Amino acid sequence: MAPPANKRSGYSRRAQLSSFLSHTAGIVGVVIGLVLIVISSVDPSSFASLRSIAADATEPAAEVTSEGRNFGHSVVNGVTGFFKMGSRHAQLEKELAIAKSRLVEADATAAENKRLKGLLGLLRSRDDIVAAASMTSSTPSSTRRFATIGAGAGKGIQKGMPVRSATGLIGRVLEVGQNSSRVLLITDTESLVPVRRAKDGVAGFAQGQGDGTLRVRLVNLGINPLRKGDVIVSSGAGGLYRPGTPMAVLTQILRDGAIARVISNPTDADFVIVENVWAPPPPPPPPAKAEKP
Amino acid sequence: MLEGPTTRRDDGPRPRINRAPSPIIARVVPWLSIVLGSMIPGWFVIASAPMLPPFGFLLYLAWRQLRPGLLPLWAGLPLGLVDDLFSGQPFGAAVLLWSLAAIAIDLLEERFPWRNFAMEWLVATSLIILYVLASYLLTNLSAINAPIHVVVPQLVITIFAYPLIGHLVARLDRLRLTAVRVLR
Repeated sequence: MAPPANKRSGYSRRAQLSSFLSHTAGIVGVVIGLVLIVISSVDPSSFASLRSIAADATEPAAEVTSEGRNFGHSVVNGVTGFFKMGSRHAQLEKELAIAKSRLVEADATAAENKRLKGLLGLLRSRDDIVAAASMTSSTPSSTRRFATIGAGAGKGIQKGMPVRSATGLIGRVLEVGQNSSRVLLITDTESLVPVRRAKDGVAGFAQGQGDGTLRVRLVNLGINPLRKGDVIVSSGAGGLYRPGTPMAVLTQILRDGAIARVISNPTDADFVIVENVWAPPPPPPPPAKAEKP
Repeated sequence: MLEGPTTRRDDGPRPRINRAPSPIIARVVPWLSIVLGSMIPGWFVIASAPMLPPFGFLLYLAWRQLRPGLLPLWAGLPLGLVDDLFSGQPFGAAVLLWSLAAIAIDLLEERFPWRNFAMEWLVATSLIILYVLASYLLTNLSAINAPIHVVVPQLVITIFAYPLIGHLVARLDRLRLTAVRVLR
């Protein structure tokens, strides 16, 4: 590569000044970057409004690409499905037979559940779905796991609402714009979801690892009862995520927990559902009336 | 900025009689390509792990190496701000790292005015490695630590993606200097 044009400014005042200014501006960039980093490390939600504006502005284009992405997905799935058809068909028939008998059992359980909940007065109405939206973008080159969905405050979405797909939990709403929202995926390292094992309710926490897997830690330490292949669901503790939302399958057992693979891979989820916070925080108490003098 | 390539025959598209590059396109293309490189890749995949290279930074690096002096030293400030809006990194990470990269390249240019392919490749690869690791560390400042093995695949992909990005930038540079304006 040839050297760039001579950078020595010589005796020209103007050249000296412009060279000086450009170098100063470079240093200023570094300083501003440092200041911004410090601010956003102290308060990660700062600049949320800027991000929301940017996400809102690019939302229409991102929506179009997301449709293309989903189409591409279905084409790829269609082609691979064609080659795997025979073996899959046999396998599915076998699974269907098992599932039919399980369904009867589940019906019985649901009926009993309803009866017990009725006894406790816990039955909730199904007004939990706030909005359905498409996933429009994500942060594929960062170690943080965020995604953007194409619905925002205009559709009644608020900060903290859980987001799920048809197959399982995806994450929760972190920042809300007018027609887009930023979602913290459950695979992010900042995401901590209270979970239980689906079959018997062994309680624990699932924390994201940033690489598409979850680290499950048990609440009760002792002998680790987890087994490979166990399904974990959200437990509803803490009152944010609805209990019983499927989350992950354990793939590797560790001494004090396990590594789990997320069931609802956001890569395959074209549409997601935003739910109400399961147990909204109680309204603040009314301000005490001023005492009469 | 505009005169250099058009006067050399082997560099850029062949000049045509009565035509000259449009100064607007010549100035806008580098900035626009970097902004789009920061913005668009996130639309195409909902990733569950860091798997795509930081395209914005790669384009920025490639433009700096292909055309030293085309982007001013302070270009990392506005371009980094745009990248921060979409990247998911803590706000300001790209501003800081892009500005530092520009200063590093500038110093290397002064120290080694004549550089060959190996030298450029070595500089770019080391800057990419430093950038990915520094992004990882800056993210850990504001969030719970992700395990370091998370960024290893991305690091490898990024190093291998850089020559392709360099090729793309060379194409864009030809486009930038294509003579479209009719001289009268």
